[in-house]
Amino acid sequence: MINKKVNSVQEALQGIEDGMTIMLGGFGLCGIPENSIAELVQKGTTNLTCISNNAGVDDFGLGLLLQKRQIKKMISSYVGENAEFERQMLSGELEVELTPQGTLAEKCRAAQAGIPAFFTPAGYGTEVAEGKEVREFNGKMHIMELAYKADFSIVKAWKGDEAGNLIFKGTARNFNAPMAGAAKITIAEVEELVPVGTLDPNQIHIPGIMVQRIFKGEKFEKRIEQRTTRKRE
Amino acid sequence: MALDKNDIAKRIAQEVKDKYFVNLGIGIPTLVANYVRTDISVEFQSENGVLGMGPFPFEGEEDADVINAGKQTITTLPGASFFDSAFSFGMIRSQKVDLTILGAMEVAENGDIANWKIPGKMVKGMGGAMDLVASAENIIVAMMHVNKAGESKILKRCTLPLTGVGCVKKVVTELAVMEITPKGFKLLERAPGVSVEHIIASTEAELIIEGDIPEMVI
Repeated sequence: MINKKVNSVQEALQGIEDGMTIMLGGFGLCGIPENSIAELVQKGTTNLTCISNNAGVDDFGLGLLLQKRQIKKMISSYVGENAEFERQMLSGELEVELTPQGTLAEKCRAAQAGIPAFFTPAGYGTEVAEGKEVREFNGKMHIMELAYKADFSIVKAWKGDEAGNLIFKGTARNFNAPMAGAAKITIAEVEELVPVGTLDPNQIHIPGIMVQRIFKGEKFEKRIEQRTTRKRE
Repeated sequence: MALDKNDIAKRIAQEVKDKYFVNLGIGIPTLVANYVRTDISVEFQSENGVLGMGPFPFEGEEDADVINAGKQTITTLPGASFFDSAFSFGMIRSQKVDLTILGAMEVAENGDIANWKIPGKMVKGMGGAMDLVASAENIIVAMMHVNKAGESKILKRCTLPLTGVGCVKKVVTELAVMEITPKGFKLLERAPGVSVEHIIASTEAELIIEGDIPEMVI
């Protein structure tokens, strides 16, 4: 067994420097690597390019990095729910690359799978297609999209073992699975870090080969963005 | 009388057939789930990675790890499954999802749709809408016929940045049900008490009107 365990978030994030490109898992606030984001705020790393489906909310998730102007460029599919983001984007302080969500996921998956580019119909005929190669397959128009190239990928899982094997819970799997192994170095923060041999190999979502560093997050707030409920009859 | 949002959802629910896998967008489309017949088998997909979505959880049973694409807490039904975002859009691209219902700011008679950006004003992003409209075979749009200023959103050509081209099949508004044919919008039904003349006056695009137009049954 090759041990990937590191003892702290500080150790996990070693080597993340100003100007780097970082993938961060999560959908909305669901499954975001919140301990790593808090540490990036502490570290004060700046000029970051962040690939993340969303940009958090004003006071949580990537919103915290935006507040401290640590992000130079955001690559996302949906950035509502964040007033500071909108302000920085409209004023030109923040560079934004809006990408269809399925394309964003596939650009991560392609990087994870060693595929340099792929064709998708998403965005054909829209401003997303500007400057991209167009080809027809089976009578339908497609545009070429490239795999992402990132320095670090930071994902969050429910359970992991010291070999870096990961298991996600519910819809928190989202972008965490396709981002694992999609950058030069993948860091996994987990709610439960267990010794090897504890997890059933049949139940592993991401094999440890995709993960270089794993640590147990100190605290998970797991904030809910839209708390919707129904009344008991 | 023009329909309210729940009525639009009720009318669209009639389009949901037995054994359909359905993706519901944010807003009016989300309400459709409340009105689907209970004697048919339908599974709801949410593009953030769940199939077999159930109703909202009871108070106190919310799980931060189980949400829909609107970031709302949800539950799952027996037979449900979770998957990652790449896999989710894989099943959308490969047309495993039978019906996509989404909102729009504008729809044009050539089937174009715009729903993600108002330049200089509102830039929230397209989310999964571009992927959904580019791949879905059956797309129904739930939207308001006119904006708050009374201007038609049913157009000859979209004026806002497009989400997808030539993809919308059917539109349900507070005034009418329209099908998009190779020749443009065909008026199928009108809201109860709303005249054909009123619909024509509220529509910038040409409407194909054949025979008597029946009232919607809500």
